[in-house]
Amino acid sequence: MIEVSQLNKFYGNKQVIKDVSFTLSAGGITSIIGPNGAGKSTLLSLISRLLPADSGSVRVDGMNVATTPGPQLAKRLSVLRQENHFVSRLTVKDLVSFGRYPYSQGRLTVEDHEKVNAAMAFLDLQVLQHRFLDQLSGGQRQRAFVAMVLCQETDYVLLDEPLNNLDMQHSVAMMKQIRRAADELQRTVVLVIHDINFAAAYSDRILAMKNGQLIFDGSPQTIMTPQVLEQVFNLPVQIEQINGQPVAVYYR
Amino acid sequence: MLFAPLARAGQFVATFTPLKRLVCFAAVLGLLAMLFMTVKLTGNMNYVLPRRGWMLATMLLVGIAAGVATVLFQTISNNRILTPAVMGFEALFVLIQTSVIFFMGADSSFYSSPLIRFVCESLIMTGFAVLLYRWLFAANTDLHRLLLVGLVFGILFTSLSNLMQRMLMPTEFDVLQGRLFARLTLPHPQLIMISALVVLVVCIIVWRMRYAFDVLALGRDAATGLGLNYRKTVTRILLLIAVLVSVSTALIGPLTFLGFMAAILAYQLAGSYQHRFVLPAAAILGVCFLAGGQLILEHVLSMAGALTVVIEFIGGSLFLLLLLKRGRL
Repeated sequence: MIEVSQLNKFYGNKQVIKDVSFTLSAGGITSIIGPNGAGKSTLLSLISRLLPADSGSVRVDGMNVATTPGPQLAKRLSVLRQENHFVSRLTVKDLVSFGRYPYSQGRLTVEDHEKVNAAMAFLDLQVLQHRFLDQLSGGQRQRAFVAMVLCQETDYVLLDEPLNNLDMQHSVAMMKQIRRAADELQRTVVLVIHDINFAAAYSDRILAMKNGQLIFDGSPQTIMTPQVLEQVFNLPVQIEQINGQPVAVYYR
Repeated sequence: MLFAPLARAGQFVATFTPLKRLVCFAAVLGLLAMLFMTVKLTGNMNYVLPRRGWMLATMLLVGIAAGVATVLFQTISNNRILTPAVMGFEALFVLIQTSVIFFMGADSSFYSSPLIRFVCESLIMTGFAVLLYRWLFAANTDLHRLLLVGLVFGILFTSLSNLMQRMLMPTEFDVLQGRLFARLTLPHPQLIMISALVVLVVCIIVWRMRYAFDVLALGRDAATGLGLNYRKTVTRILLLIAVLVSVSTALIGPLTFLGFMAAILAYQLAGSYQHRFVLPAAAILGVCFLAGGQLILEHVLSMAGALTVVIEFIGGSLFLLLLLKRGRL
């Protein structure tokens, strides 16, 4: 369970997270949506202790992320940021192997190798395992990063815009793989996502943010209404039901 | 044309595992060391051999310190261009030397003892680094600001040295020039042994942390996500770097380009991103550059010049060649 209580964060004088509180129970996919600058990525960074909060607390299974030792937390919660540029030239397998660092501190055991192979198999990366990351397409690279955080075998997986720079085909494939990770591997996944239709199609719960505040929290069916989305995005939005699936239409 | 055999050797080495490559580097180093000890061996053996031996030991220490310090610095700063010299170390070294001659005169009996000079310089430089980093990290600043402050310090120290150098007597300025340009003829055996102990201790600590460096190279966020205590680890590494740079600079003077060359070449040739291969490779290559440079200086240029000039010429050419060939660092 992730418990966020009265979280506040300032960048200089600007308050980017305002008194955010919510509780996420284990299991399923939760999407965080909202306009640019709403504080989605900052919230994810606060939950994953990449940024320190100015006040308030985040607890993961009862452990305060600000005070729990890093190695202990790294076995419970993994995070993938949006931008990942490495100085080292890594192969896919090198990258995925880093997911075992919290367990083996770099000295991979036979068991670690099995888990690395399993994570690569889960994301169809085996044929690419000896390729360097700079030799991959955007979709393949993103899959390799997701394989790394899955290989970390944490109950909670936080992904910041996993569909960034992916085309339609790869976006769908990525969301299906994330869904499978939640269903088959029992991971609790929290996503920051821009496409509300993807969020609605794959999430169990949606958190909507605006101006640093959490303004709506509910199932896709309750969030996908013209009133809610218009308030979140300041844009007229129509909702159509297609095959029992709410689809937002807002393009013109 | 000069680089054609090098390129061929590179292609051959490309088929080797990282461990085999390290063995190759060590073999090259062994060859250079043997050449250094034996070429044009004339005169009193009881004098020449120990003298060359101590010089070799100095090169070993300085090469290791420069290579390891630069790789670690580039790992924590996540780039492959900046070096510890950017943090103002070298400029501080020049400032210390200049101030001593300026305030105490070139023939001060207190400071002419190499042991005292060495201890003073090492302490001042390490102390400077500890103070700067403590202060900067307490202010919760990021590495980029740290680098910027280091650069500003460098300019400040250089300006101060320049000011004092302009007011020196020509004879004193000459003595200063001799101390500032790297020469392997000076260090006292006692100093070399103390440095060896320091370098050994630092290397053991570094080796025990070798896997953490790989994670650190992924950047702050990824390293934190994998459970590394980023700030604590970076502070510790900065201190280790400060000690290494202090020792090597105090031992033979500033050699800006040495660590840079060793590190760049180690990334290219080590055959692995892992620090357990890159660090020894950079250390060995650092020593190779020193020994090779000194051989060229002694036997090709007949000591007409300074080691710095030879090393920076080779290093600069190599750097440009790699940059042009690969289009990136």
